[in-house]
Amino acid sequence: MPGIAWGISQAHIGSVMDQSQTLPEVAHQSVRFEDGLALDCGRHLANITVAYRSYGTLNAAASNAILVCHALTGDQYVAEIHPLTGKPGWWNTVVGPGKAVDTEKYFVICANVLGGCMGSTGPRSAHDERPNEPWGTEFPAVTIQDMVRAQKLLIDHLGISRLFAVVGGSMGGMQALAWAALYPDAVFAAVPVAAAAYHSAQNIAFHEIGRQAIAADPFFYAGRYWAEGVTPERGLAVARMTAHITYVSEAALTRKFGRRLQNATDLTLLGDRFEVESYLEYQGSSFVRRFDANSYLTITRAMDLFDLAADHGGALPSAFAGSKTRFLLVSFSSDWLFPTAQSRAIARALNHVAANASFVEIMSDKGHDAFLLDEPDFHRTLSGFLAGCAEHAGLS
Amino acid sequence: MNHAAPAGGHPVQFVAKNMRVDLRLIAGMVAANSRVLDIGCGDGTLIDHLFRTKQCDARGLEIDMAEVTRAVTHGLPVMQGDADSDLANYPNAAFDYVILSRTLQAVERPREVLRQMLRISTYAIVSFPNFGHWTLRMQLLLGGKMPMTKAWHRMWYETPNIHPCTIQDFFDLCTKDGYLVEEWLAADEAGARAPWRRFPGLANLFGEQGLFLLRKA
Repeated sequence: MPGIAWGISQAHIGSVMDQSQTLPEVAHQSVRFEDGLALDCGRHLANITVAYRSYGTLNAAASNAILVCHALTGDQYVAEIHPLTGKPGWWNTVVGPGKAVDTEKYFVICANVLGGCMGSTGPRSAHDERPNEPWGTEFPAVTIQDMVRAQKLLIDHLGISRLFAVVGGSMGGMQALAWAALYPDAVFAAVPVAAAAYHSAQNIAFHEIGRQAIAADPFFYAGRYWAEGVTPERGLAVARMTAHITYVSEAALTRKFGRRLQNATDLTLLGDRFEVESYLEYQGSSFVRRFDANSYLTITRAMDLFDLAADHGGALPSAFAGSKTRFLLVSFSSDWLFPTAQSRAIARALNHVAANASFVEIMSDKGHDAFLLDEPDFHRTLSGFLAGCAEHAGLS
Repeated sequence: MNHAAPAGGHPVQFVAKNMRVDLRLIAGMVAANSRVLDIGCGDGTLIDHLFRTKQCDARGLEIDMAEVTRAVTHGLPVMQGDADSDLANYPNAAFDYVILSRTLQAVERPREVLRQMLRISTYAIVSFPNFGHWTLRMQLLLGGKMPMTKAWHRMWYETPNIHPCTIQDFFDLCTKDGYLVEEWLAADEAGARAPWRRFPGLANLFGEQGLFLLRKA
C-alpha cells in the first residue's frame, strides 16, 4: 500500500512541476567584487557577486547595522514580499518597524549566501573559465566561513567597520558564530538561534537523503540539467519534503494534521491521501519553483562541513578566546534538529573563556521551525537583548 | 539532575522572592567597575543594580528558565545554568566577585560550589538563611517538628533547601577549607543589619540570615 500511495504522490508532484521548467530570472540588488574570494577549499573565485537587501537607515557613525543571516533555503528577502513567491518575507515576524529587530532603530542587512541562487555567486553563476555556461556541479565547495567572508566584503563596501549585531537562525546561526570567531572586533553582539557549533551526524544523514534524491532524478543529468533545459524537480521536492519533516515536531504535525484525510472519508481510492501527505507535497512543489538543485547541494554541503571546534584545534572555546562580543544563544525545547544541548554546549564554551553570554531555551512545541514562527517569548528575549546591547554600545 | 526543581518546576521560590532584602547589603560589598557573577540571579535585579550604580560588568547564572527569559528580556546578560554543574566551566579568576545569594542551602554540593566560586573569582559573597535562629530552635525544641518560618516555609518533604546550615556552621566550614572571612554580618528578614558583628554566637541566635565576604587564604 505505501508503494502504491508513493506512486500516486510522484504523479501528483509531476503534474504540478511540469508547469515550471526553469527558475524565473529576477533582477536582485547586488554588489560585484572584482577581486573575487579565496575559498577554504583552496580555490579562488575570480569575482563574486553578493546580492542583498537592507531595511532602515544607517546612522552617521555607521554603528547601528544588524546583519541578518538566512538559513539553508532562505534568502535576502527578510521583511518584504518575495519577488518569486509573492509571499511575505521569511522573518516578517521578527524584522520590521517596532519588531524585535526594529528597522526604525537599526539598519538591517541580509545577503544571499555564497552558493545561493537568489543573485549571489553560486552554481547558477557564470563559470570562471567558461563564461557561457553556469558552474553547475563544478562550483567549488564553499564553507559557512566562506559565506561570512563574502558578507564581510559587503559590510566593508557599505562602510560599516563594526556590526552592532549578527543575528541568524539554523544555518544563519552558524554564520553568526563564524562571524564572531572570524571577526570578533567587527561584531558587537552575536545571536545564534537554534544553531550548533558543528553539524551532527544525524543532520548530515538527513542532508544526504536529500542529495541522493536529487542525484537519482532522471532530470538531474549529473548536475548539467541546465544544458537540457530541465530541472530535477522531483528529486529536489523529495529533498525538501524530507528536510521539512526535520524542521517540525511530532507534536506540531499531530496538532496540524493528525490522521485526517484530504477530501475523503476513507482511504478507498488510490488517490485518497492523508492531509500531512498533501501538505508535504505542497512544500516540495512550491520549493522547486524558487530554488536551484545545485545550490541545494552546495549549501547543504557547506552546513555539513561546519565544525567550529575542529577549526580551532578541537577546542570550541578557542574559537572565542578573548572575545568582547556579547552573545545571546536561543534554543527551542522541541527542536530535535538543533537541540538545546547544542546551544548549551556553545554556552559552556563561551563560559570557558568568560565571554559575555546569555542563553535561553524557549518552550515551544513547533520544532526547529519555531525560530521562524510566532513565538512571543523569543521575540521579547531578542528585543530585550538587543536593547541591552544598544545601551552598552552607546546606541540608545 | 536538577537540584532545585521539585515536581511542578518551581525551583527555590523564596530565593527570588526575597532577593531585594539583602540586595543593598551585598551591593555594598562590591567595588565599582568590577567583574561580577551572580549565581541564582533570579530576574537579574542585582546585576542590573550593580551595572547602573557601580558600572560593574555583572552577569548572571540562573536555573529557572522563566527567570532567565525575564532577565534577558530586560537586556541583562544571564545564562541558564546550574550552580552545581556549571561553575566548573569558567576559567580561573574570571571574576572579582561571585555572589551566591540565598542559594547555598539549595545546592547539591555546597562545599564544592564554594570551592568553585573562589577558584573563578577573587571574592565570594554568600548569603543564606540562618538555621540557628532562636525561633527555629524553639520550634524544634518545644514542638518537636521541623521549623516553619517565613524563610523556611516549605514542608521538609518538598523543600528545595536540602543543606540548611547555621552561621556558626558556616564559620566552621570557612576555617576547615581555608577561606578568610573578610567581612560578615547577620541581618533580619527585612535586610537590616543586626548589631552582632563581634559576637558570632549572638548572631547565630538572633540573625535571620548570614552574609559573608570571603577570599582564599
